[in-house]
Formats: sequence, structure tokens, C-alpha cells
Amino acid sequence: MKTQLTENTRINTSPLHGLLPLTNRELKKWYKAPVILLMSMIQPIIWLALFGKSMNFGAIFTAGAFNIPGLNIPKAVLNSISQQLMLSTFGTHDYFSFLAVGMLSFVALFTAMYSGMSIVWDRRLGFLNKLLSTPLARGVIPMAKVLSSVIRGLTQSAVVFVIAVLLGLDLSHITLLGVIGTFVALFLMLLGLSSLFVMLAIRSKSWESQMAIMNLLNLPLLFASNALFPAKFMPSWLQPIVRINPISYATDIARQLLLGAPGMASLTFDFMYLAAFAACLSVLGMYMSWKFLTK
Amino acid sequence: MSLALESVSETNYESKATNIVSVRNLSKIFNGKVKAVDNISFNVPEGETFGFLGPNGAGKSTTIHMLTTVLKPTSGTAEICGYDITKNPGAVRRSIGVVPQEYTADEDLTGYENIMLCADFYGIPRDISKQRAQELLSLVELHDAAKRKVETYSGGMRRRLELACGLVSRPKLLFLDEPTLGLDVQTRVAIWNYIRKLKTEYHMTLFMTTHYLEEADAACDKIAIIDHGQILTIGTPSELKAALGGDVIQLGVKETELDLSSLISQVKYVKSVSRSDSSYRVKATSGEEAAPAIIELLRNRGYHVTRISLTKPSIDEVYLEYTGRSIREEGPGEDQATTMMRTMKRARR
Repeated sequence: MKTQLTENTRINTSPLHGLLPLTNRELKKWYKAPVILLMSMIQPIIWLALFGKSMNFGAIFTAGAFNIPGLNIPKAVLNSISQQLMLSTFGTHDYFSFLAVGMLSFVALFTAMYSGMSIVWDRRLGFLNKLLSTPLARGVIPMAKVLSSVIRGLTQSAVVFVIAVLLGLDLSHITLLGVIGTFVALFLMLLGLSSLFVMLAIRSKSWESQMAIMNLLNLPLLFASNALFPAKFMPSWLQPIVRINPISYATDIARQLLLGAPGMASLTFDFMYLAAFAACLSVLGMYMSWKFLTK
Repeated sequence: MSLALESVSETNYESKATNIVSVRNLSKIFNGKVKAVDNISFNVPEGETFGFLGPNGAGKSTTIHMLTTVLKPTSGTAEICGYDITKNPGAVRRSIGVVPQEYTADEDLTGYENIMLCADFYGIPRDISKQRAQELLSLVELHDAAKRKVETYSGGMRRRLELACGLVSRPKLLFLDEPTLGLDVQTRVAIWNYIRKLKTEYHMTLFMTTHYLEEADAACDKIAIIDHGQILTIGTPSELKAALGGDVIQLGVKETELDLSSLISQVKYVKSVSRSDSSYRVKATSGEEAAPAIIELLRNRGYHVTRISLTKPSIDEVYLEYTGRSIREEGPGEDQATTMMRTMKRARR
């Protein structure tokens, strides 16, 4: 009986108890299955190596690629026009570097979208009901989903970053502070988006509908951002959408910090926008989950 | 019906001091119209094994979900281990253990990791939970499989793991929702041996639901039959069986044209006789003694008994008496059906 008493006094009753074990459960599924981990990296690598390298806009204007009949423009002039064109369009000398930085947010977006799926499975398998009958605080359940999604997204983005460097990312402007700043931006974006997708899944029982939501949202979110193409050349009706899309802001920060490119907005504004986005959606997400987790 | 219930609760339970479960006018209405649980009240004294029986969709799982604080009641409340489920759900959660109907262990983790994960949900310090995990693994004889992923487990092993997970917090009260659903006979017997062993080991009260009536009869100290969200009857298995009016003797005689009912009802212990042609259905309080007496009487009068059978009332009879014999068309809801399918499929592996 005495041991019982001391055991009871050592029970962890903090409202956040169980957050790390629950997060770790999600992450274990991911890092203990290296095949799935590799598979999930194939798509971004294809984007980088095939799309990024094949869209070789720089070569279009380079000497010898074209000439205007009747005008004899010297090669050096053509080359410098080409360089200026690339720089003013993409903010860097090659499209690959432009895209590679955009891919960091793209990968993060895709990871965040999957955060809702696991809560659907937990509900279907009865695991969620088991969690609800334990002393875990209700908020901890969605929090663990968001946290594990953020950790996964940051790791995958880091892997994409390394691959981009290996494939020839322009490193002339890179600084340690720039890299850290980029990942802070990605963290904020992931926090907001993961909370959003967990919130969308909180009452859902069908993973089919969850897949449908993901397929409906992923390409519009990607295309209506500056990840693949600079926003300033987009049609005017699309520009407002690009400017509310959080992916644009994470990408804008990454381009300014990693490539030294001129931005869509100032760094301060970008960070403030992302921080506000993350704060609003994570608070809303936690509140909605806490409220709607049970009937 | 509610009157009868109250009188039962007064006579049987008031004498015992501690009720570990005490349900008062509990109701759950879904979407403002579906009455899943309709104003039920009952008590479970500490140390008892309490069985909840009822057809699919009767309200068993909804009641368990409310008592385990997964669902909020629409009205009424219950006290579990002295704590109110609506006012102090946190304290309720800390004092109960739940073994759900589904296999909820994480398939990608090992058996040991699953138990440790459950321990973490209760905030149990690591050194204690490690010790408990080892103890529980050997109690349910999963020691050799502890380091294997749960996806390699058989149905019986999964069920044992669920038991171990439900017990890691050393609950005073354990909820078992269909603990043997979908298992073969050998595994069901084995699971019941583990449950009995664990109950005595940890001095627990058990609150269970089951579809297997003979299991309820063998395991439960008290049974409640629930249908359409209401408790139809409650009592010990022998009380319920006795309430049916005793044993049934089926009798056949050669003399089809004569009505021997009045003669048979003269025999001691016989309570009622009904006739259809040459066969008689006799209800008697002590069938073993009544049957030979009937044969002897009929022989002495020169009649010929062609066949006789004696049926002791089973809990099946009690169950059918209260819930009716017609097959339910509605069956379980769609969600429940898919969950059940999955549970059965996994159990058969």
C-alpha cells in the first residue's frame, strides 16, 4: 500500500503529459519505414531534377539560341541581355535555383496535407475513442498531430534542400542566418497548414473524402503561389490570390534569404504575415478540435 | 418497468455500502431525435462482475462510451469510483481502464511499445511503467512476442495485448466491450481465463458487454438486459432464470385423443401445463423430481409416455423472453457494422 501511495504522487498530471509520446508514435511510423520515407522523397526529386532542369529558360536567350534576321547583335550583348532578363524575372541566374527554393515550401505543403489523414484512421480504428477515455487533455491529441507533421515537414524540406545543393543550387548568396530564417518561415507555414488540415479532418470518418480535399487543394495552392513562377508576371486576377496564399510568403522569404532575390514584399511583412497565419490557424485549430472531437 | 427496477435496486443493493458505478437517469439522444439510451439507472457494487446484454443497437456501447467519458450524456449522470462523469471527467478517466471492442493497438509498434504508450497517456513514470509492462506481458503470456510488431499478432494475441494495455494504469474498474468478439472457442476460453486471473490479481470490478450469453452466465455476478435504450431486467443469472418460471418438461403420450393436463398438474412441483395434441409443455420448479413423478403417475393410470425431455432455463431463454425472438432488420449502424467487420477480420488472423 505504501508503494501505491508514492507511485500515485509521481503520476504526471500536467495538461501537456502524453504530448511527446503521442507525437513520437506518429513519427515512429515514419522513420521506422525507410521505404515509405524514400518513396515520399521521389516526387520532389523528380520535380527538381526533371522539371527544374528541363525548364532551362536561361538557354533560350543565350548566344546562338536565336537571332533576329537583319540585325547583327553581338553575342556578348545577347548574353548580357539574357542574364539581365533572367535576373529581373526570376531574381537569380538560372530557373533551377528559382524552382528549387520554391520546392522547399511545396514539400512542406504536401506533408501538412497528410496530417489530417492519420486522425481519420485513428477515428476509424477506434484508437481515438481509446485516447478519449484516458486522462490525456483533449487538446493534446490534435497538438500531437500538428507537431509531428511540422517535424516531418521540416525534415523533408531539409532533405530537399540538400538534394538541391547537390544538383547545383546557386550558393553565391547563401548564409547560415539565411538558412535558419528560411526554416523558421517553413516552420510557421507548416504550423498553420497542419492545424488547418487537422481541423478539416476532426469530424471526418472517411479517408476518401480527406483524399478528395487534398487533391482539390494541392494543385491550386501550388499554382496560385510564386513557387513555380514569379507572381509579378501573373495575370492581375490571379495576383490577389497569390498574395493571400501563405506558400507565397514562405517562398518569398526563402528566395530573399537564400538567393538574394528581390522580394514580393519586405522580409518583415512576409514574416509577420506568416506568424499571424500560424497563430490564427493553430489557435483556431486547437479550439475547434477540442470542441468537436467528441459529440 | 421503472417501478420494478427501483424495487430491485432497493432490495438488492442498498445493503452494500460501496457502489463503484452508480447511474442516475442517464440518457443520450443523438441529433435531437434518436434515443440511444433512455433514462437508465442502476448500480454496480465494488468487486462485482457486471454484464450488459442486448441486441445490436440496444444502447450498450453508447452507455459504455458515456461511462468512460468518451460521449457526453444528454441528461442524467453517473458516478464512477466516486467521481461524477460530467463534472469531473478527468478523475473518472484516471480511475478506469478500458478494453474497447476494436483492436486499437498500433500495428506499426511492438506489443511492448504499445503498453508503454498507454502508460504514457496516464502519466505513469517510466521506471514504474517498464516494470508494469513486463509484469503484464508475462501475465497475458506475450513475453516472447513483446518485441514483435503487432501486425504479426493473431486475434487472440491482440485481445490479450488490449487487456494488458487496459490494465497498465491499475484501474479499480475495468470496462470490457465485447472482449471475445470474433474469436474461436479455444481462444475465448483462454481469454476468459486471463480475465479471471487479472481480476483476482488486481481486485478489480468488471463492467462488460457481450454477445455470448453463456459467457455472461458463467462470468457475471449480475446481468442487465438492455434494449431500445432501456434496461428491461436486472439481477443475478440465477434470479433471472428463476423468474422465467422454472424448468420446462416436454412430454409425449400415445393417447392423443385424451386431455391429460389436469392429471399432470396434480403432480408436485408442476406449476402449469399446456397441451398441443399429444405433446405437453410442463413448467415445474424442480424438473428433475417432477419428471419421474409424472411418468410414474401416467404409467399407474395405464397411459404410455412416448418421449420426455427436460430443459433447464438458460440465459438464452431469459434473453429471448425480454428482447423477443424476431431478427432485427435494422441491425447495427453503418459505422458499427464496418468496425465490427474489421474487428472480426483481424481476429481471425
